[in-house]
Amino acid sequence: MAASMMSNFDGSLDALSMESSRKKRRKTGVVEEDHNRSSETGVRWRSETEQRIYSTKLAEALRQVRRRSSTSSAAVAKVAGGGRDVKEAADRVLATAAKGTTRWSRAILTARLRISKTIHKKRKARVTGDNRLKKTEVRRERIMLPVVQKKVRVLSRLVPGCRKTSLPNLLEETTDYIAALKMQVRAMAALAELLSGSPVNRPGSSVNS
Amino acid sequence: MSSRRSSSSSSRASKPSDDEIKELVLKLQPLLPQLHHSRNAPVSASSILEETCSYIKRLHREVEDLSKRLSQLLDSAGITDVDEELIRTLLRH
Repeated sequence: MAASMMSNFDGSLDALSMESSRKKRRKTGVVEEDHNRSSETGVRWRSETEQRIYSTKLAEALRQVRRRSSTSSAAVAKVAGGGRDVKEAADRVLATAAKGTTRWSRAILTARLRISKTIHKKRKARVTGDNRLKKTEVRRERIMLPVVQKKVRVLSRLVPGCRKTSLPNLLEETTDYIAALKMQVRAMAALAELLSGSPVNRPGSSVNS
Repeated sequence: MSSRRSSSSSSRASKPSDDEIKELVLKLQPLLPQLHHSRNAPVSASSILEETCSYIKRLHREVEDLSKRLSQLLDSAGITDVDEELIRTLLRH
């Protein structure tokens, strides 16, 4: 297993950049075919490469977060607010990994920009392709059973950017979102394990440079 | 149900009927952790939706907890440690 990992590492740095560009080309193909998309999303987030890319980007982002927080004077703020910074960075990296193919990822990224809500809505309208369904969405929701409808509404609130999405799209987004969240948890847990596993008692290492 | 379907015929651009909607919802089930359901038992769409919601909430909470833990670990670790973790992460996967 170690040998295969080493051989992976040799090409991994090149592979990382190649993979992302290859994935970009593949993604445009995926977006066009809606039928294959559900099977693709499950595989997409479960692939080791995707997790590796995410872990790398996350570690980089966290390094920046840490550098930013180390310059602030209040040590209390570091710990209390630090969790939020980490989470925001993790969500942002996760959304970036989706490469704009899903609504929830776009919603996360546009929320970061702190633009006023009107521009938010305009952006959403421009980016999404199913504007023509908007009028029929409301009508269809009235058709469903109220019990189911209520749960759908709760679900739409949980998945970012999907409050007014039609049900099929919402379910698709949910599928992708859950898979992505699972990967996020896996990657973050692995990172935390690595960080806590390595004892800080390395000779000559400074704690806060 | 059939009366509802006739009213849905006016929205011709949206094809899914109630049953199709239920089918789509059923597709969610394999994603969820199936702990207490026996797979043979018919699962209702609403329970799937409910489980989905609680599952997403659970995942959110896990991300939050992990974020807090990571921030604590990052605070106590030096920058060189983070670089090391970067390399180790690359090696691992």
